[in-house]
Amino acid sequence: MKKKFLILLVLVLCSKLAAINNNLIISDSFPKKLSEFGFFLDDSAQTPHENVIPYDLISTLFSDYSYKQRWVYVPNNKKATYEENWVFNFPVGSALIKTFYYPVDDRNPELGKNLLETRLLLRKENGWEAVSYAWNDEQNEAYKKIAGKTINVSWTDFLGSDRDVRYRVPNVNQCKECHAAEDKITPIGPKARNINKKFDYDDGEFNQLAYWMSKQIINDYPKELVSPIDWMDEKQNINDRVRSYLDVNCGHCHSPTGNANSTGLYLHLDETRDVHLGLYKKPVATGRGSGGLKYSIVPGKPDESILLHRMISLDPGVMMPESGRALSHTEAVEMVREWILVMED
Amino acid sequence: MSKACILVLILIISIQSYAKEIIINPGENAQEELQEALILMSEGDTLIMRSGFYQFEDGISLDVDNVTVIGEGMNETILDFKNQQSGAQGFLVTSNKVTLKDFAILDAKGDALKVIGSKGINMINLRTEWTGGPKSTNGAYGFYPVESEDVLIDGCIAIGASDAGIYVGQSKNIIVRNSIAQYNVAGIEIENSYYADVYNNLASHNTGGILIFDLPDLPQQGGHHIRVFDNKSIDNDTDNFAPEGNIVGEVPRGTGIIIMANSDVEIFNNVMSGNATVNLSVVSYSDKTDDPNYYPHPRRIQIHNNTYGPGGFDPDIETGELAKALYEISNGNMPDIFWDGVVPISQMIFGQPNEDKLKMQENSDVSFLTISPLKYILGFSNPIKTEKKEFTGAINPLEPIVINGIQQ
Repeated sequence: MKKKFLILLVLVLCSKLAAINNNLIISDSFPKKLSEFGFFLDDSAQTPHENVIPYDLISTLFSDYSYKQRWVYVPNNKKATYEENWVFNFPVGSALIKTFYYPVDDRNPELGKNLLETRLLLRKENGWEAVSYAWNDEQNEAYKKIAGKTINVSWTDFLGSDRDVRYRVPNVNQCKECHAAEDKITPIGPKARNINKKFDYDDGEFNQLAYWMSKQIINDYPKELVSPIDWMDEKQNINDRVRSYLDVNCGHCHSPTGNANSTGLYLHLDETRDVHLGLYKKPVATGRGSGGLKYSIVPGKPDESILLHRMISLDPGVMMPESGRALSHTEAVEMVREWILVMED
Repeated sequence: MSKACILVLILIISIQSYAKEIIINPGENAQEELQEALILMSEGDTLIMRSGFYQFEDGISLDVDNVTVIGEGMNETILDFKNQQSGAQGFLVTSNKVTLKDFAILDAKGDALKVIGSKGINMINLRTEWTGGPKSTNGAYGFYPVESEDVLIDGCIAIGASDAGIYVGQSKNIIVRNSIAQYNVAGIEIENSYYADVYNNLASHNTGGILIFDLPDLPQQGGHHIRVFDNKSIDNDTDNFAPEGNIVGEVPRGTGIIIMANSDVEIFNNVMSGNATVNLSVVSYSDKTDDPNYYPHPRRIQIHNNTYGPGGFDPDIETGELAKALYEISNGNMPDIFWDGVVPISQMIFGQPNEDKLKMQENSDVSFLTISPLKYILGFSNPIKTEKKEFTGAINPLEPIVINGIQQ
């Protein structure tokens, strides 16, 4: 009798532990520890709960060569609705989960990884809220960091070089710098066109939109979609690759509705006016960010172009983006250099 | 006391009890404590930064409406960003109805205090400074409200900015008063803004004292309705140290007040003195632009009752085009007031509409010079005019700016 009771108790506890805490997602405050949400069955191993679905984007933001793993959670019996040219409209109680990490060695995933932070976007009654949890040294729990955190981390890159970075976990205000549209927090990634690619799930390889449909977390998606190109795909036209890169890395602020609209430099995909794209555009309130150069972009002359100068710089008073980068993105810098070099006047 | 009265009283007390005071002291964890408090504070709260030295490795920011952040004096509560590793400014504000008061922001890597899209921002008794003197590696702006409304800068000090000490851009309803700007490239700059009063300030030892500018290709342009009065713009004698590419990089050392491409500007009761290039100039935007919505010429500029001390005695002909051109055309006799005379081509031929004309009411000994661009282009031997008569007339005073009942 006693034994039976104990087993029952363990079972009840286990099922409790394995449940996602829906109330915490919509609660007014954020819990101290990430594990309290129950998004992961095993937090250190990042093994998700069965209702927490991994996904990937076609073109992604550079974050100091860190790796990102993404998951989406939609409460049972609810669906996100498709929005044209925008992110899915997720129901209250949804969560977007993103863990940032560095592998010990880029060349060998077997050697393990260092988890840095897990960022959450939680869909509450009044809209989205953002928060980040930073992983402890033991890598078995992540703790809420309202004011952000500095993590000094090192790894070995694909060339076998030792790299290190002063990685910054963003504070809540910094989340909003990118994740804001008309002063409200919004997800950026999960637009239908951005996730229209295959993903290797535990139960096989499927198109992500089809998979989300089969899991009944979205109501619909268009069969014909113009998707952005992967800027790393060297088979593509260089102009398309650069515009795709600038769109995802700069366009959230540098657009007529973004945080940097006062600059008049617009780098989102829809911009077509030369001067607003930076061609022979003089700096406005750039200060020493100009590096003594006269224009954002001088066709044919990458080294006279402020845009490239600010992509290369590591000086906080000069570099772009303003936050989220402490290293130079060499591959992108080379691509943009080439783009400006072959650009016709 | 009636029941209703008591209820109201209880309501008032309970509302007041919601407004908290949060106190921060200097110390090793001050950056995190302050940033966390700035995020977690609620409407109505006051955050007090006790006197002392606060050191930061990252920029800090505020995004909560209707709060006050206050120190214990601009020489007592010091936010020091000398060791800043990230963040494009020292302190960023993105919320409404905010009062910042009684502290200093030193040696930020980018701008010192930036305010974006705020409706109701009071900056009172603050200091922004780069402590190593004027250097091109200093941050661009000390005070930098942009795309904001109801902007008050009062009793502040701005020193050492490599662009402008006090810069208000693309904003509306602005008062800048009782402030001091020194050793910046531009002391005080109002750019692409509407409805500003700039008064009772001291701008000295900058490259240029007070700049009223309008630039093309921006969301808000057509700067207008700006009053500049009761200021001292004196001894602006610092060589231009702005990084090239920036518009202020073209301002010659020794500029008192300069108005570029704005409408309805009234400059009065100021003292301009010791400005070695020219005390007061009114000019057009001279670079090429294809912006069809941009008007590059100044209109309806009124200048009266100002005091002019020595000026133009050592023009900086090395910086930009303005001083050099003026120096050549005037044979070295630099005027107190200069207008470049540039108007649209049709007006060069048929004349400027009367209502758009520059108006002056100054003492007879105040010298003036303008150029007739048509004569200049056609190579006439004497394309200049120094007679003020054509430009005298009754002044139409502009309305004062009122913010929260504050006005001159």
